[in-house]
Amino acid sequence: MTALPANPEAAATLRSPLSRAKVGMACLIFMESAIFSAFLVTYLYYIGKSPDGPQPLECLELGLVLVNSACLISSSFTVVISVRALARGAMGAFRFWLALTILLGIEFLVGTGYEWWGLIEDKGLTLQSNAFGTNFYSLVGLHAFHVIVGMLMLVVILVLSIFGFIRPDRDHQRVDVATWYWHFVDVVWILVFTLVYIVGRVPQGAPAS
Amino acid sequence: MQWAISVDHKKLALMYIGAGLCFFLVAGLEAAFMRLQLARAENDVIDPETFNQLFTMHGTTMVFLVGMPILLGFGNYLIPLMVGARDMAFPRLNAFGFWLFIFGGLLLYFSYLGADGLYGAGTAPDVGWFAYAPLTSRTFSRGNSTDYWILGIMVSGFGSMTTAINFIATILCMRCPGMTLMRMPMIGWMMLVVAFLVLVAIPILTGAQIMLLLDRTLGAHFFDPETQGSAILWQHLFWFFGHPEVYILILPAFGFVSEIMPTFSRKVLFGYPLMVAATVGIGFISLGVWAHHMFVVGLGPVLDSFFGATTFLISVPTGIKIFNWLGTMWGGRLHFTTPMLFVTGFVAMFVIGGLTGIMLATVPLTWQLSDSYFVVGHFHYVLFGGTVFGIFGAIFYWFPKATGRLLDERLGKWTFWLLFIGFTLTFMPMHVSGALGMPRRIYTYEADRGWEIWNLISSIGVPVQMAGVAIFLWNAIRALRRGPVAGDDPWDAWTLEWGTTSPPPEWNFDRIPTCTSARPLWDRKNPEDPDAYYE
Repeated sequence: MTALPANPEAAATLRSPLSRAKVGMACLIFMESAIFSAFLVTYLYYIGKSPDGPQPLECLELGLVLVNSACLISSSFTVVISVRALARGAMGAFRFWLALTILLGIEFLVGTGYEWWGLIEDKGLTLQSNAFGTNFYSLVGLHAFHVIVGMLMLVVILVLSIFGFIRPDRDHQRVDVATWYWHFVDVVWILVFTLVYIVGRVPQGAPAS
Repeated sequence: MQWAISVDHKKLALMYIGAGLCFFLVAGLEAAFMRLQLARAENDVIDPETFNQLFTMHGTTMVFLVGMPILLGFGNYLIPLMVGARDMAFPRLNAFGFWLFIFGGLLLYFSYLGADGLYGAGTAPDVGWFAYAPLTSRTFSRGNSTDYWILGIMVSGFGSMTTAINFIATILCMRCPGMTLMRMPMIGWMMLVVAFLVLVAIPILTGAQIMLLLDRTLGAHFFDPETQGSAILWQHLFWFFGHPEVYILILPAFGFVSEIMPTFSRKVLFGYPLMVAATVGIGFISLGVWAHHMFVVGLGPVLDSFFGATTFLISVPTGIKIFNWLGTMWGGRLHFTTPMLFVTGFVAMFVIGGLTGIMLATVPLTWQLSDSYFVVGHFHYVLFGGTVFGIFGAIFYWFPKATGRLLDERLGKWTFWLLFIGFTLTFMPMHVSGALGMPRRIYTYEADRGWEIWNLISSIGVPVQMAGVAIFLWNAIRALRRGPVAGDDPWDAWTLEWGTTSPPPEWNFDRIPTCTSARPLWDRKNPEDPDAYYE
């Protein structure tokens, strides 16, 4: 890789109104939305088409998942507070709110795992049991996988900032762009939750719409 | 080693195109074996199992390992040069995408050695390039050859998606001062829409493949009708990817035509704004036509009519493009160099493929012709007569820029005419054999059905095309070793890539260029009559 010749004059005129990072992240989120829409549409397609085996209404309970959802949704707010703190240069507040975000994410994952344990052990619902099980674990699992990825991004940022690699003036926009992904994961959860726990639990025979 | 660790968009692009051409030779050989087998009735050169692998690998390779990488390679080479940038927006991501494509392709082809299938070890995928359920279920596709198909495509698909992100970020954020979107070379618009389609369509295929993988490995029930799954769902998901995919394969070629044709007509592209609108229109409409691949499924008259109508609709923006190209040539001073021959041939062949496409959008006609050789003829007219001719035109046009050497014109014209004649010999008769009822993907057929002569002509076209490709390879090797020096701007063109040296330095431009019109090089050469005056 040859170093580029210095050309400050040209660099000065190279001001695009759009930042590469933002456009790139927006494209990534767009692409991820397409993957999720494949699974969401498939879930919708199979609602009520799974006559044998465990049924959504008898398996899924709202209690724990509402707590999980509340944690995940509120983590979107804590991450915003954290980025704002970084923009002000308040590193302590930045790290605190970022760590809280990560903890809320961990709660969501642990809660999901606990729910799955119950489903598998008590209700006998597995990926193989019927079309409902196949779709439930795939869609919720795909989302949980994205939560893990988003959380890894946040953990990397936290570790970097603990070791002093994050500087408010230089990095707060970068961190902001990275948190877009976290917001995306939250928004997708709202869709998944609505589809799986509300629309998908409408009793069979009742109008599905 | 310099190349393996390179993040330079030009090196990556040349590796994309080179690897794509290697896969092109492989896929061409696979097709040649199929034509050899079908040359006469009840032939037994190739056994049925091998034949299934040949058409599966030919289709998969041509779409994912030839068409996409070569077109993405050209996008990689041209976008930064044409918009006046020093590299792509994310150079390392660019290298990542390229190596994903290479490893995905190698994984797919490793199946010839490593995969285990219905017929024992060394069984390549044999489920067809669209891999319909339930043929792909564990029951009918034993072993792991289908898993190789899934994973190979998935890995190279992730490469395509990262490259698409790069294209969009480069086009939106890296244009040089003065280059507004409406001054961008047409190919930039084409690549922007292609990148958008990649981001919409490929993830759907990836999602469907994840589901198929879950079905095959963990016993999920997405696509197996025996266990509450739906085979139709696979078709919907696959073609929701599959139809935008054909526009992913043709739009960059539209871009090549829109750059090459003005240069050799000595006229500006006719109707640039309308061309942009038509491209964006195609991008959106192409997302709503997928079920015209599924007319024989029995979706019912309402859905059939809807998808037939949207398919007719997409011929409107496509027709606009055809007329714009004709308008570009009209009254121009035409120079029929090899690139111009290829893009002119492109327009003619694409019109034929487009017309048979309109025929196939008619539901009752598709009930007769679906899965016949008529369909094979149709899509080879758009993908070979269209995309591959466009690629050859682009290679002849930009080869001097990338290497600094000119390809030989006389050999180039031989390549064109051999490919053109061989192509017509091979694919025109398929319309007839298809109309006579010959289904696609059969490994042999009985005599006295009236199919022999058409199949024989089809097969005779193959050596003619191979001769054309061989002359091209000879031409390229010769030009690399002792071709005439091209100079910066051998075609007297107007876009920015011709304003730097051939080959361009690693940083593309010593000074970031500025432009005041859509043809910055015209302005530089004719300062007394700048193009900006007419915009």
